[in-house]
Amino acid sequence: MNLGGSVNAMVLRRSRRASRDASGRHGPDHDSLVDDLVSVLGSDRVLTSTAALRLYGHDASTFRGDAPPAVCLPTTTDEVAAVVTAIRRHGRPFVARGSGTGLAGGAVPLGDAVVIATTRMDRVLSIDAEHRVAWVQPGVLNLDLTRQLRPLGFHFAPDPSSQQACTIGGNVANNSGGPHCLAYGVTSAHVLAADVVLPDGTVARLGGEAVEPSGYDLRGVFVGSEGTLGIATAVAVRLTPNPEGITTMLAVFDDLDAAAASVSAIIAAGIVPAALEMMEGGLASVVEDFCGAGYPRDAAAVLLVELDGPRHGVADDAERVQRTVLDGGARSVRTAADDAEREALWRGRKSAFGAVARILPDYYLHDTVVPRHRLVEVLAEVRAIAARHDLVVHNVFHAGDGNLHPLLLFDSREPGIMERVHAAGDEIVAASLAAGGVLSGEHGIGLEKRDHMAAMFSPVDLEHQDRLRSAFDPDNVCNPDKVLPSGSRCGDLSAVPDGVWV
Amino acid sequence: MGVSTTRSNEPTVTDPVLIDFATEVGPDGPVAVVGGGTAGPVGGAIDPAARIVHAPVGIVAIQPDELTVTVRAGTTVAALQDALGEVGQFVVLPSLGPASTVGGALALGWSDISALGYGPVRDSVLRIRYVDAWGRIVSTGGPTVKNVSGFDLCRLLVGSLGTIGLMGEVILRTRPRPGVTRWFTGSADARETWRRISPLRPTTLLWNGDTVWARLDGHHEDVAAAATVLAELGVDREVAGPPERPPHRRSLAPSALWSVPSIWPGEWLAELGTGIVHAASPPATTPLSPEVLALNRTIKAHFDPTGRLAPGRRPW
Repeated sequence: MNLGGSVNAMVLRRSRRASRDASGRHGPDHDSLVDDLVSVLGSDRVLTSTAALRLYGHDASTFRGDAPPAVCLPTTTDEVAAVVTAIRRHGRPFVARGSGTGLAGGAVPLGDAVVIATTRMDRVLSIDAEHRVAWVQPGVLNLDLTRQLRPLGFHFAPDPSSQQACTIGGNVANNSGGPHCLAYGVTSAHVLAADVVLPDGTVARLGGEAVEPSGYDLRGVFVGSEGTLGIATAVAVRLTPNPEGITTMLAVFDDLDAAAASVSAIIAAGIVPAALEMMEGGLASVVEDFCGAGYPRDAAAVLLVELDGPRHGVADDAERVQRTVLDGGARSVRTAADDAEREALWRGRKSAFGAVARILPDYYLHDTVVPRHRLVEVLAEVRAIAARHDLVVHNVFHAGDGNLHPLLLFDSREPGIMERVHAAGDEIVAASLAAGGVLSGEHGIGLEKRDHMAAMFSPVDLEHQDRLRSAFDPDNVCNPDKVLPSGSRCGDLSAVPDGVWV
Repeated sequence: MGVSTTRSNEPTVTDPVLIDFATEVGPDGPVAVVGGGTAGPVGGAIDPAARIVHAPVGIVAIQPDELTVTVRAGTTVAALQDALGEVGQFVVLPSLGPASTVGGALALGWSDISALGYGPVRDSVLRIRYVDAWGRIVSTGGPTVKNVSGFDLCRLLVGSLGTIGLMGEVILRTRPRPGVTRWFTGSADARETWRRISPLRPTTLLWNGDTVWARLDGHHEDVAAAATVLAELGVDREVAGPPERPPHRRSLAPSALWSVPSIWPGEWLAELGTGIVHAASPPATTPLSPEVLALNRTIKAHFDPTGRLAPGRRPW
């Protein structure tokens, strides 16, 4: 399998093209661009300070983009359209961004792209609980939306682990998941429509509250397009009724393979839990030291299983899950007796990424998916890869979906460590694909996996993806150089712009 | 039917069945796939000059512990449901008639009447292998239930009426069969029924302006509890299944359904919660906005510049 040049490794060898800054970015056109943006938004919502530009030059990934010429903070659809029109007039590309919690570099500006941050578009526009739809601006935080909906008996089902910080607009861009998408589906299943500023500055409503609008499913192709087809400025989300019953269990295993095999056994028994998470024992112990959630310190693995829905079905499924994991080798199963215990069990799961800082200061979180029945062997392979590169690895992941999240721990001050981290990451991706898996379950492609795309898709497959992209963005100005490797475009290939890091 | 334990996910498709299908489609001349023909000429009649081809038939692999099935697009929905029933599972595809095919149902994009409980048909599709306008095999999506690897052209193909590519093989998400399925009917206030019963997660709620039909799936005790609530509302008679549905179809916002009795001529049957209305007379369609229409046309031109795929038919 040819993985081509590793994007991760290449990012470390940044090309030296700093002269561009002097000649292009901050030249005369830069000033008139900023003037035009200020005329739309006012000077307080166009950021140009060195500190701000540096801040918006990256997201939560390890990728460091270029400092953008300006950062725009619009608050309405009309402002976004006017900003895009102004940027296009100056021949610049642009990158939309929410809270910047993405881990694949999808919101990192490259070259002279202007950043359009939607964080100030943070209003819930309407909630129609009777018909289960809410219109929200893209900057509304995921957890804030759910907090507003809970008292009405509803919630927004996608719950990525960054849900306290990530925006609905970001969720739409990445088609985000979370532990509960096992039963409820990823963001695409919960978005009815989006008002979108297209790359040419026009505004279109994609999809609608009517679920089968005529024409192609533009809503469907927009969700998960990582900001390359336009900027969502209002989103109609589907509200999910809160479940009548809920049961959360922690199954403790002395054998890792038995835990992984139990995941398949649960699904094969015809049970689809709301969430089915797995954590390796070493990490469970660290988590317990960190937050005292009641996790075992001496287990090989734990499974966190949550069932929800009508209460008799939940009770029945809970019994069957208990039987299945005990038959599968679990040494104990603890069922949360009340909300406090349930929250404690989830606190353990959600604290994992914070807890690992006690082992080593930095981590690189991967995201691939494998068929559930290959979990045992792929986990063994991941451990072998980490050992080969002399790295510490912990696994905590959405096992029910086969969605692996190997966590490579390191100290970035150690010379040469990043090369090893990225080399191990590339091998993990390759191992996942070899097992019949896919590149990403919920983090997206962005920059991180862009150059791995050819390992999963043929040149014709990628050409077709670009046929879609170029139908929306013929001039390649909307988050350019993300998702698709250069060379995907049929005919005249877009050259990689000067100053790009990858 | 074979039950395999591994699925190839190599980028280059070497499956001889799909290669034969691609060869049959070829690189030029007007061409269209016809499935079971159960839905009629939706989106316009196919140009008679088009060569008619048939998608391959057969179930490639059922993977119960993955909740997925790999199936050729020409397989009938009925045959697929029968095979999945043997492992206690089903797929969320509409039942349009015994001849209805998987590819036909997906090209049409009409969701089943169980969409309230199980979601729209588009959410069942994980991967599609199709033949493009140049006669090449293209893969989009992936074999796992969770996947955000690149642009998802499955979304474009579902409901495209064969105008983007001709589907050869798909991987669908399956679901475990519910413990019990029961249908109830009775004369009831539809809006009050919706308010009271929707938190209990019914699978289907139908309404014709006077009578409500409800399908409840799940654990028998939960279904019995929901049936008690339905009975209080007047939906108190157990029946074998849903009524006959009028042939035409329109999608409304669910909030717009309540005014259907006053605006709709003739017989109709509405799906509460999803906003689908089945009507006796062909309904007027809402025109697309100029921006959306332009996007539709550009997309069609990008995937089929010569207009050889399903000529005469368009989804807008």
